[in-house]
Order: sequence, then structure tokens, then C-alpha cells
Amino acid sequence: MSLVTVERIKLFSTRSPWWCMVLALVLADGFVTLGFIFAPDDTVWRPADAVSTYQFGLMVMMVMATLAVTTEYRFGTIRTSFLSVPKRIPILLSKALVAATLSAVVGLVAAFGALGLGTVLVSDADLALTTGAEWRAVLGVALVYFLAALIAIAIGTLIRQSAGAIAVVICWPLLIEGIGQTIPKVGDFLADWGPFNRASWFILGNQGTTDGTADASDAVMSPTWSLIYFAAWAIGLLVISLVVAKKRDA
Amino acid sequence: MIEATGLTKRYGSTVAVDNLSFEVKPGKVTGFLGPNGAGKSTTMRMILGLDTPTSGDVRIDGQHYRDLKQPLSKVGALLDAKWVHPNRSARAHLAWMAASNKLPKGRVDEVLDAVGLTAVAGKRAGAYSLGMSQRLGIAGALLGDPEILLFDEPVNGLDPEGIVWIRKFMHRLADEGRTVFVSSHLLSEMALTAEELVVIGRGRLISQTSTKNFVNNASGSSIKVRSPQLDQLQSVLQQGNLMTRIEDVEDEGKVLFVDGEVTTDAIGETAAAQGIVLHELTLQRGSLEAAFMQMTGDSVQYHAHDTQQAPPVPAVELVVAAEEKN
Ligand SMILES: Nc1ncnc2c1ncn2[C@@H]1O[C@H](COP(=O)(O)OP(=O)(O)O)[C@@H](O)[C@H]1O
Ligand SMILES: [Mg+2]
Repeated sequence: MSLVTVERIKLFSTRSPWWCMVLALVLADGFVTLGFIFAPDDTVWRPADAVSTYQFGLMVMMVMATLAVTTEYRFGTIRTSFLSVPKRIPILLSKALVAATLSAVVGLVAAFGALGLGTVLVSDADLALTTGAEWRAVLGVALVYFLAALIAIAIGTLIRQSAGAIAVVICWPLLIEGIGQTIPKVGDFLADWGPFNRASWFILGNQGTTDGTADASDAVMSPTWSLIYFAAWAIGLLVISLVVAKKRDA
Repeated sequence: MIEATGLTKRYGSTVAVDNLSFEVKPGKVTGFLGPNGAGKSTTMRMILGLDTPTSGDVRIDGQHYRDLKQPLSKVGALLDAKWVHPNRSARAHLAWMAASNKLPKGRVDEVLDAVGLTAVAGKRAGAYSLGMSQRLGIAGALLGDPEILLFDEPVNGLDPEGIVWIRKFMHRLADEGRTVFVSSHLLSEMALTAEELVVIGRGRLISQTSTKNFVNNASGSSIKVRSPQLDQLQSVLQQGNLMTRIEDVEDEGKVLFVDGEVTTDAIGETAAAQGIVLHELTLQRGSLEAAFMQMTGDSVQYHAHDTQQAPPVPAVELVVAAEEKN
């Protein structure tokens, strides 16, 4: 517990996490707000639609988590950290836990914020949470924010250097899994097996699609399995990074 | 007590520390002396479990640093004063360190006070001068009230005032009975602070002895002679197989120096026997720096204060090292 306190003090004794949190909320809820305001009047707004811009905030929180590690390497405080906790893994795990929890809280606020904004801005929006799938869409945002922050911590720990780590953290979901989908063949594979695409399916998938088309994605994995798959990536990467950090010269 | 046995560290093809064995005795200030690039920092990182030795072992009171339960209460270290987040305040920096070892919150204010940073404790550390950063680093090292303290080149880059402050602080720590292991590339600095010396060159042990012993043994004494019959005296002394050299000394003209194992008595008697007039006959202790140069053969590098690699340690020094051990 005291190590969680350590990482909490570290995170909140500099200003950048605060800026990241604000920016994450503004981006996630800002883009959907534009939708609420400017989309055609006959647009159907379900909870999953309201949270569909979660990825913008997610990027910011992943950058925050990455920086939580890489700035320690940049300024040498990682050595002070390892001098204080020479087994290394407990302190890195605490850092991961604190960053991921903060990220989850931001995800949760962003998701409910989007629902609230939608309810206010779109008079006939159907944003009440009634089905399990609808709850999954909203609470799932927090879960995905949590796990994605673990991935960011892992990447930061492995790469140790801010620019490189942030490049990976941004390019992986957006470029490789996002734009990469447009590449023939490879694109299908990325859509099916890309961890961030699976995370997206966990949040947004199987919402009783209004247009009635069955989504190919569900043939690969159900939303629940998609979450498990994404979590496996996050935990796997985190474990690898912790083992590497323990062995490596600081 | 810190005990290193056969400590070796390779970075690729660079051998930073080479089969180094030494011990740091409790309750004393031990200086860790060597020119830049000798492997002092690397050794300290290995003592503290930050770098893993390629081979060999180093223990603190029989334990590896990595196995210490609340290490800050056992060992305090200042390796680099800049290892602070520039946007974090000194107080926050110490607060997280204290929390990591379950140290009472009150310790933060105590150590801030001890190093005289209380007034600026809330300011971001990035705005501190090097001297202030150094104090913050020392505050961090003292946080757990440890019995063992490690400092890596604590006076490097400090202004004279800062240097004096650090020096006094070392003495205070020693007076409190703590074990202090402090590195420097300046023998003169070590002579002022350290009682014992571990001297290394190019990663290898050159000598472990008391500072007094090191200075006495190492300082190549020479005898200075002024005489109107210098050339005659020189040839007589050379016949006696003594090392002599004549140098132009400012304001004094030509001066003869006799190096090596010889006494002023012997030279005075030799001169008298030959009827040579002497104007001056004095024994000169080599400077501390000269002593270090003689021991390490690293004169060029030593004076340049650069970070180039040290030349290989000549075999002679290893003999010296072996003798020192006996
Ligand atoms: N992390 C590292 N990677 C590669 N070489 C290193 C590393 N750390 C130190 N060295 C090399 O090891 C040697 C000893 O360095 P160091 O321990 O810093 O010496 P000192 O502190 O006595 O000046 C130097 O040649 C240095 O270049
Ligand atoms: Mg050094």
C-alpha cells in the first residue's frame, strides 16, 4: 500500500498528469459533442454511440502512463526508485496500478460525461442504460482505459525513452490497427486480432445493431472474449516489461 | 561494512571494473580515488544493486543491496544530484522517498532542515543551483538515518563555498560514527576528508591503505640542491648511481634535484668530501597529485580532467599495489 502512495505522490506532484486528464476528457467528450450538435436530426444515439469517441481520450491517457515511466528514466529518478525499492517489480507494479486506475477513472468520467451531454443536447436521445450490452459499453470504457494504461506502462518500461515509447503507443492503435485495416489481407487480420480492435469490439460490439447487419467481428470473438484477449495482451506485456526491468542495469 | 570481491563489470568490450576487491571499514570515511573513467561510478552502482556485476560480488554487512528490506534505513546514497524531476518540489521528492521505506513524514522536514533547504523546499527542483541540488541529494541520502553513506564525486562542479560545506558535512557524518564511502578524482580533496583510501585505475585496484600511508609511500620525495658547482656535484652523484636532474627554477636559476631513496645527510656528506659548496639542501615532499600520478601513471589523463579512457595500468603499479597489501 505504501508503494501505491509513493506513485500517487510522484504522479500528482507534477502538473502534466492534470493536463493529460483534462485533455483526455475534452477530446473524448468534445468530439462526440460535435456529433450531438451537428449530426442530422434523425441520427440514432445509443449509449455505445455516445462513448464511441473514447479512443481520443484513451490515446492521451496512454501517453500520460508512458510518460510516468519514461520521465523517470529521463531524469534519473528511476534509479532513486530502485534504490528505495531494490526488488524493482513492486514499485513498477504500483506505478502501473496508479496510472491504470487514474486512466480508468478518466474513462469512466468520460463515458458518463458523454451520456450526460447527449441527454442534455439531444432531446430524443435514447441514452438510458437498460440492457447489459449498454452497461458494458459505458463501464467497458473504464476497463479498456485501465488495461491500455498497463500496455503503455509496459511499453514505456521496455523502451525507456519518451519519444520512442510515445510513438509506439500512438502508432500501434491508430496507425497499425486503425489505418492498417485498409491494407488488403493484413487489414482483415488486424481487424480480427488487433488487441485494440478487440477492445473496441468489447465496448461497442453486439449492441443490437439497428441496421440489422451481423458484424463479422463477432465470428472471431464475443465481446467478453475480446476483453479477455485484450487483458491478456496487457498483462503479458506488463509481465515481460517487469522481468526485463528487473534484470537490466538501471 | 562494504565488501567487494573480484568485482568485474563489462559494457560490451569496455571493461569498466576489473576484478576489484576491497572493503570499506565501518565508522570511517573511506575515499574512493581514481581518475575519470576509472570505474568509480560503475562500482558504486554495483554496490547499490543498480548494475549487475559481470562477475564477482559485493555485499553490505553480508547482504546484497537488493535483499535489503528497507534499504534507505541502511544505506544512503547520492550518486548524481541531478536525479530529481525538475518539476517536482524538494519536499515532494523526499516525501515519496520516505513513503517508499515507511519512514515517518517528519523525517522529510528534519533532513531538509539539516541541509538548509527548508526555505526553498516547496520550489521546483529544476530551479535549484547545483549546490542546492547536491544538498537535496544529501537530504535524500540521510532520510532513513542510515549507518552507511555513499557519495559519488559530491564536490564536482561546486563553488568553493559548496565544497567547504560538503567537506564539513562529511566530517560531521564521520563524527557521528557513520561509515562513509566517497569517491573523487582529486587526491587533495580525499586527503582532507578520508581516513582510508581505496585507489583504483582503469577498473583495477591500485592500493587500499590509510590516506596517510598512501601519501607517505607514494609521494616521491626529491632533494633540492643549490650550489655554484652544480655540474661537478651532479657527476659525483651520478657516479654514485643516483637519479639527478638539473632544472631552471624561476628566481633561483639552475637547481639540482635528486630523486629516489636518498637522504639529505648522504648528499651533504658527499659534497663535503668533494669540497663542493652548497647553498641549499632541502628534502621536498612530492605534492599529493604527484603522488597520485606516480602511483597510477595516469598523469596526462589526470591533469586534463577529461573523460578519455585511462591508459593501461603499467605492471609497476600492480607491484606497488601488491606491496601495499602486505
Ligand atoms: N552504462 C555504460 N555503458 C557503457 N560504458 C560505460 C557505462 N558506464 C560506464 N562505462 C564506461 O566504463 C568506464 C568507467 O566509467 P565510470 O564508472 O563512470 O568511471 P568514473 O566514475 O571513475 O569516472 C568508462 O570507460 C565508461 O565509459
Ligand atoms: Mg564517475
